[in-house]
Amino acid sequence: MTVASGTGVERIERAFAAAKRERRMAIVIYLMTGFPRRDATRGLVRAALDGGADVIELGVPFSDPMADGTTVQHAGETALREGIRLDDCIAEAAGAVAERDAAVLLMGYLNPFLQYGPERLAGALRSAGIAGVIAPDLPAEESAVIDAALVPAGVARIDMVAPTTPDDRLERLLPRARGFVYCVSLTGVTGARSGLSQDVAPFLRRVRARTPLPIAVGFGISRPEHVRALRGIADGVAVGSAAIDAIDHAEPGRAEDALRDLVRSLREGGAG
Amino acid sequence: MSALATIRGRFGAFGGQYVPETLMPAVIELEAAFEAAWTDTAFRDELDRLLRTYVGRPTPLTDARRLAAAVGLRRVLLKREDLTHTGAHKINNAIGQGLLAKRMGKKRVIAETGAGQHGVATATACALLGLECVVYMGTVDMERQKPNVFRMRLLGADVRGVDAGSRTLKDAVNEAIRDWVTNVRTTYYLLGSAIGMHPYPTMVRELQSVIGREARAQSLDLLGRLPDVVMACVGGGSNAIGTFAPFLDDASVKLRGVEAGGEGLESGHHAASIVGGSVGVLHGTKTYVLQDSDGQIRETHSISAGLDYPGVGPQHAALHDSGRVTYVARTDAEALEAFRLLCRTEGIIPALEPAHAIADLPYVARELGRELDVLVCLSGRGDKDLDTVIGRGAAPPEDPPA
Repeated sequence: MTVASGTGVERIERAFAAAKRERRMAIVIYLMTGFPRRDATRGLVRAALDGGADVIELGVPFSDPMADGTTVQHAGETALREGIRLDDCIAEAAGAVAERDAAVLLMGYLNPFLQYGPERLAGALRSAGIAGVIAPDLPAEESAVIDAALVPAGVARIDMVAPTTPDDRLERLLPRARGFVYCVSLTGVTGARSGLSQDVAPFLRRVRARTPLPIAVGFGISRPEHVRALRGIADGVAVGSAAIDAIDHAEPGRAEDALRDLVRSLREGGAG
Repeated sequence: MSALATIRGRFGAFGGQYVPETLMPAVIELEAAFEAAWTDTAFRDELDRLLRTYVGRPTPLTDARRLAAAVGLRRVLLKREDLTHTGAHKINNAIGQGLLAKRMGKKRVIAETGAGQHGVATATACALLGLECVVYMGTVDMERQKPNVFRMRLLGADVRGVDAGSRTLKDAVNEAIRDWVTNVRTTYYLLGSAIGMHPYPTMVRELQSVIGREARAQSLDLLGRLPDVVMACVGGGSNAIGTFAPFLDDASVKLRGVEAGGEGLESGHHAASIVGGSVGVLHGTKTYVLQDSDGQIRETHSISAGLDYPGVGPQHAALHDSGRVTYVARTDAEALEAFRLLCRTEGIIPALEPAHAIADLPYVARELGRELDVLVCLSGRGDKDLDTVIGRGAAPPEDPPA
């Protein structure tokens, strides 16, 4: 077992720096904790890391996921039926940090974090070496409610920026970013799409001009050719629904293999 | 009162804009557009004209004498929103926001609906104003409010069933928000209650306050003074906030909101977010919600689809905390009993939503005294509920035996 080293945010920075050094796109893989079964997550996280994932986002299920498409919605419903609670998500993330020194984020809606208690959350994430929290229903204007606890504890709270975010707003949001900038590729919910949005290249150029941090693109990214198309205009991709689909559609007992293969193909798409 | 809420839509500790970044520019634009429209005389004149000549305003204030005698109060005044075009107060908001959508140059309107009254009102406004209309509705609600599904389709709306979660109003709101995130550049989200992210709670309150303004003037005409108590049912709370808002500064007037107690608060099967809930964030706003200790939103139950929602408008949350409004809950059984009572004493078939407020009248008489003049917002008519009521045995399907 590797001893966790440094803070969670430092792990994120190291992950993006390593990808850059190796002249490839960083691969961020989203997995819903407890999908498809409560006991499946540890093995799936290992498979994603073995396939070459640089950062893991562990989903915290919520009853009303308003920014998610059907794939993540259904995975979340399964997780809730499996009885997954925020403590379970923290425990899985902590396990990945302790075992593999992995860069891990939690991704979920605000209310479960709020009911858990921001101070308690900050303490748990800090001591587990978890890099931070992404909450898709928490815009910068409202984020003080948990930032006040997370930021002093050295835990990042990642803002998202979107194609609809105007330039002046980008200029206010981007200086707050830590580790990387999370760009939503399209106007829409999560979910695999066949092609990339027309919006994405001009949007990423607007972001690139305003931040020195690595840029990761999420929402709708599902195929190696998407990753290839984003080379040069982004530093990494975040893939969720396609990972869930790979797990869901795998032959019985082959979910970890299917996920490892998907991650490997995404990584190859973004290399060379 | 000021035309807009405090900065960024806060009502004390409640309200706010908890939405994906993709929508932030849209809600900021909407706030500015509403403020500009609301202070524009031409916009207000056009809205007033439509409310007068199309909606049928002002609605009457009915002195319900046999009902008052039956519940043991001096006087019960019914504000007759059931007599508006489309049969519920929802049209006040739908016409106003429809005009705003048009003014903003949006050609496509989306809405959520629970009981179907807001969906019908939105479909109506869109037909009148020449706007494309998509309505999201939980499949459980589509089943129990079939006539309204037919009405919406007749009016040209695309009614889309939502099969996620509890398949009721909250899931319809989720789906409408997902549509809005996807089509934000072309689409206006016409939210139907005083819930959700700023500026909706403020905008919906302003558009529904016509109820309270008329009722206040009509009470002064009829009684020569203000009523002692003003009441309304509370789901998301749009008819209630519209009724209460013009009375908030009248210290002598007691305000009372009636939530859906379902099968009783102790049963856990209810939709009483203030009386039986706790503070959380749902659908873009911080307010009282029904949730478990992990912050997962609970499934709700009410016989009335329009009250079957696990949250409440943030201004109601603040009015509860400040003590200005008293919130109580009445059960399904009490609402059915009140439904029957209003049919038999006044010849008015109410919607099951305001039947909850009628059901509270005997409690008002007991708790606050009999020598009171009480004004109740009768937010809608009951045609849509006949199947439910007959199914529960509150109305005979055939002539009663002699």
